[in-house]
Parts: sequence; C-alpha cells; structure tokens
Amino acid sequence: MKRKLTEKILMTLLWLCTLGTVAALFLILGYVLIQGLPHISLRFLTTSYAPGLGLEGIWAMIIGTLLLMGLTLVIAVPAGIFAAIYLSEYAKPSRFLSVLRFSIECLAGIPSILYGLFGFTFFVVFLKLQFSLISGALTLAIMILPLLIRTTEEALQSVPVSFREGSLALGANQLVTLFRIVLPSAIPGILTAVILSMGRIIGETAAVYYTAGTVPQVPLTASESTRSLAVHLYFLAKEGLDQGQAFASATILIIIIAALNLAAQGTANILNRRLTGK
Amino acid sequence: MNRAKIITFIIEKFFWICALLSLLALLLILGFLLKEGLPPLFSIGFGDFLLGTSWKPLEDTFGIFPMIAATAAATAGGILLGGFVGLFTALFLAEVASPKLARLIRPLIQLLAGIPSVVFGFFGLVLIVPWISNHLGGPGNSLLATILILSVMILPTLASISETALRAVPQEYREGSLALGASPMETLFKVTLPAAKSGIIAAFVLGVGRAVGETMAVVLVCGNRPQIPKSLLDPIRPLTSTIAMEMSYSTGTHQQALFAIGVVLLVFIVALNLCVNYILKGRKDV
Repeated sequence: MKRKLTEKILMTLLWLCTLGTVAALFLILGYVLIQGLPHISLRFLTTSYAPGLGLEGIWAMIIGTLLLMGLTLVIAVPAGIFAAIYLSEYAKPSRFLSVLRFSIECLAGIPSILYGLFGFTFFVVFLKLQFSLISGALTLAIMILPLLIRTTEEALQSVPVSFREGSLALGANQLVTLFRIVLPSAIPGILTAVILSMGRIIGETAAVYYTAGTVPQVPLTASESTRSLAVHLYFLAKEGLDQGQAFASATILIIIIAALNLAAQGTANILNRRLTGK
Repeated sequence: MNRAKIITFIIEKFFWICALLSLLALLLILGFLLKEGLPPLFSIGFGDFLLGTSWKPLEDTFGIFPMIAATAAATAGGILLGGFVGLFTALFLAEVASPKLARLIRPLIQLLAGIPSVVFGFFGLVLIVPWISNHLGGPGNSLLATILILSVMILPTLASISETALRAVPQEYREGSLALGASPMETLFKVTLPAAKSGIIAAFVLGVGRAVGETMAVVLVCGNRPQIPKSLLDPIRPLTSTIAMEMSYSTGTHQQALFAIGVVLLVFIVALNLCVNYILKGRKDV
C-alpha cells in the first residue's frame, strides 16, 4: 500500500514539474504578448527613436540589430564551419585535440557579461575600434563560435559513414568527398546551426551593450555605434518610463525568436528525413 | 608535389587554423581580462577584495564578499528549484511521456531556452517583483525574485541535457530491472536515474555556470543593494550585476575593480568546466 502511494506521489510530481515548465513558458509569452501586441503599430516599427521629439519608434534598433547580426554571421559562420570540418573529418585523438575541445567548452560557458568586458577592453579600447558595429560583431562572433562549431559538427557526424565510403570507393579523394558528398548532405544541419546563432545574437544584451554601444541610430558604416533591440528593451525596462514601448519591444523580440526556433526545427527535420531516407 | 596535392595541403591546414581560432580566442580573453583585472587584485589585496564586506567605490573601498554571498544564495536557490523541476521534466520526457507528447513538449522547452535573458528580466520586473512586494512584503526586488527568474532560465538547459543522459541509458538496464519484478517507477528512480548520474551531474554543474554568469535578467530584478542577504525578501546584488550596473560610468581604480570581479567570475567558470570535463571523463556508467 505504502509503495503504491509513493509511486502515485512520484508520478504526480513528474506530471506537475513538466506542466510547471510548460506553464512558465506560456505565462511569460502570454503576459508579454497580451500587453505588447496592442502597442505595436506600423509607426512604432518604422519611425526613429528621439523621445525629446516625440519619436518612439524602433526602426533604428531593428536595422541596427539586423546589421549586427549580418556582420557577426559573415565573420563567424565560415570560421565555425571550417573548424567543425576539421574536428569532425580530420582531427585524430591527441592531447592537442582535447585542449581544443576544452577551449570550445570553456568559450561556451563564459558568461556574456565577460564577453562584454573582453570586447570592451580588447576591441573597443586596445584595437581602438570604439563603440561600433564592428566591435560588437567581432565580440559576438567569438561568443557564437562554440554553438556554431558544435551544431555543425553534429550535422557532419550524422552523415552516414557509408556515404563517405561510397565516394572514396569510387576514387574520389577526401577533399572531393567532403565538398561533394558530406557537406551537401549536412547543409540543413549547418543551416540549423546558423539559425540558432541568429537567435543568440538577437537576444544578446550584455556583450552588445559594452561593445556596439547604445546610440539609437542606423549605423552608416561599421565603425559607428548602434543600439540593438535587446539593449533597447534593457534601457526601457531600467528607466521604467514607458512600459508600453518596453512590452512592444519585448513582443517583437519574442516573435523573432519564436520564428527562428520554428525555422531551426524545420531544418533539423529536413536533415533527419534526408539522412534516414524517409 | 603536384598542384592538386599542394591545394589539398593548403585547404587542410586552413581547416586546422579555423579550429585553432577557438583556442586563440580563449587565450586572448584570458589574457586581456587578467591584464586588466589582476593588478587591482594585487593592489587591493586578495583577502580584502574577496572577504571585504563594504563596496564604496568613491572611498576606494572594494570588498566583494556581499556580492559573492548574493551570487551564491541566488545560484543555490535557482539550482534547487530549477534543478528539481528540470530533472523531473527530463525524467517525464525521457521515460514516462508517450513519444507523441514528448515531441509536443520538447520544442516548447527549446523555445523557453531561446527567450533572451533581458525578456526574462523584464517579465520578472513587471510581474514577479510587484507580486512579491504586494503579497510577501519588502521592495519586491529581492533574492526571491532573482531565484525565481534564474530557476526558470536554467530549467531548459537542465531538462534537455538530463534528458539526453537518460536516453543514453541502454534499454537492457530497464528490461533487466522490470524482469526482476521492479515496478516502472522503481526502475526509473533506482536503475535508470543512477545509471545516467554523471550526465545529470554535468547538467547541474553547467546550470550553476549559467546561474552564476546570468546578468541582464538578474540586474533588473535583484534590487542592486550590495549587502549580505538575510532573508529571501532582501534586495541583493550579485557579482555580474555589479559589473553591469557600474561599468558604464566607472573610471580608474573603480573600473579596474570591476575587471577584477570579472577575473573572479572567469576563474570560477573555468574551474566549473574542468569539473564537467572530469565528471564526464571519469564516468563509468553508460
């Protein structure tokens, strides 16, 4: 009897915890969206930000975030993919390899505020790049590198060995096999890596704040400062002046992140289907 | 060597260099943070810095013990709450839920993991902080608010890594246990869970890293008062919040002291990663 009771309690706890997790998600999404959606208008999305002049739009932040994301990806994606190729296709177990893997794990674990401090002292001050789009992008590029490498490596390793063997048996060398067989098969997985990185970049605040700066303007060159949407939300939340704007900005962020999540799941499914032949 | 071979050689070396970038980046980060943060640690003194209880930048007094205490309390609370719920969610998804239900819930957990920390902070600020203030008293910006936000934030990480560890347990373990007459629930808690132990511990250690390093969510709900918390309702100021709050206007020794806090955080994070490495390498199970 006692055993049955314990089992029932544990079962209830398992259900409750899972429901709690899902409920937390819906509470956050629901609360922010309900308060935020009414404040979103075309005017809000397309005007610039100059509170003194009565302009409270987020156009500059949207463009700033997109430029920051684009520049970061241009820097980080090739490096990340090639690093993953080395780790997955070429590296042989060695002391050097474990050091390399450990450093990737460490990079993944470093808190974003430390990326902010590093970016500030190295890119902004030491390399004299100032608070700028390029300082922000370089800092973020290092930050997303581990995520890119790991996800790409997983995609490469999910390509069956038989694909490689078939190609090699037909007389293709390793490099041809890599570019003609392995990489094309892994493209949806690599796309997943890129989409997940986009999410990280768009949501990042601390590392952007101290490197790209906070000037709410559309940067015309890479050496101008900008303010990302996440940093903008931080300002609005901290100042507590206009909650409507803050809710609306948070809503935009959530919509973008949710869309990216859906896209990442879509590409991951394509990879699965392609490799299992279903 | 013919041309094709040379090209192959160059391309392969290029891959190697790209892989090396991570190591170089890490060394660069370590180097520059230590360069900025170590000198003030020596000039202030390790003991005075780590154990000093008063932080008064204007009087050149830099003691971060209250912040260490705040970080420790918030992390412990977040890990207890988020860890428990996260682990049970993982157990549910890996062992109890039907594949269909698990497929439905997993993307939701991923979405929770993807929500930007500043959105968590904002949510905490507009909903949790006023709720605490109205129902439990105090200013609302408190250790409790920080713990609640942190636990929701680390929950998805814990749940997904633990689930992976549970799924890696060979099916024979479960079958053997069931064949010996154990109930599904006994099998789950006495066989499967212990077998996935090292993966789950690694997940918790990573969760600690996230909780200690979280900044933008915490800074909005913690109250930012550098004091040793005596109750759950006290406003606190963790290490990361101190950097985030003061970095934008600090200069001179004050700014250096903030970098010293960064060094303390960095040392802690690297140590945690060494732990994870050790745990996963030394795993005998699975």
